[in-house]
Amino acid sequence: MAENVTPRIRVPREASAGETITIKTLISHPMESGQRKDGDGNVIPRSIINRFTCDFNGQNVIDVTMEPAISTNPFLEFQAIVPESGAFEFTWYDDDGDIYTDTKEIAVS
Amino acid sequence: MSFTRRDTLRLAMGTAFAAAIPFKVFADVDSDVAAFTEGAEIGEGGITLIAPEIAENGNTVPIEVDAPGAVAILVLATGNPTPAVGTFNFGPLAGAQMASTRIRLAGTQDVLAIAKMADGTFVQARQEVKVTIGGCGG
Repeated sequence: MAENVTPRIRVPREASAGETITIKTLISHPMESGQRKDGDGNVIPRSIINRFTCDFNGQNVIDVTMEPAISTNPFLEFQAIVPESGAFEFTWYDDDGDIYTDTKEIAVS
Repeated sequence: MSFTRRDTLRLAMGTAFAAAIPFKVFADVDSDVAAFTEGAEIGEGGITLIAPEIAENGNTVPIEVDAPGAVAILVLATGNPTPAVGTFNFGPLAGAQMASTRIRLAGTQDVLAIAKMADGTFVQARQEVKVTIGGCGG
């Protein structure tokens, strides 16, 4: 179990219908690669977030498969179309089975 | 000290093993590419990979991929112990087929991005990144 996993997301509060917006996400996570060794020479087991998805009102925006080569505190920036008011749902899948979620509302003016 | 037949054989085996390691890494890259493209030919153009020419710290190297019209983009770090970095699959609400993230690089190497286009063709882009401090192992 990774500790203190906190998602941080930046989504604009408002957009016009059909606008393309930029979303930035960062989640604090050690992303232990499974390549490192501790002081006694034992391999530290891999523990990473292996998948990230972003959906808007049930429709998929992006689905990322992540490998150990993604840095600590994985950061992702991508773009989404906003057809109507609604909520973005963000989901991170941890190697240990944990799932971290967050939502951000956006209003179409 | 003189080498016995047994010592010579051991030395030869050690050398052969050391020489085999780099080939194994390339084989991993090839198999990852083959798994993604299923043997299709890979073209050039239509995909942009932005990575720094020199990265001081291999632990966090910012990269950006952009391939208009792609359904998925695979990123590989060809010199890492496990070359796969990630796959970006774009859904119907993706505003642009671009994404940026931060990756780990074990040392100076080529970063490879392959995009699968909506019509089933593949294009790739390659960029060399010089790394001063490696990002894998410790």
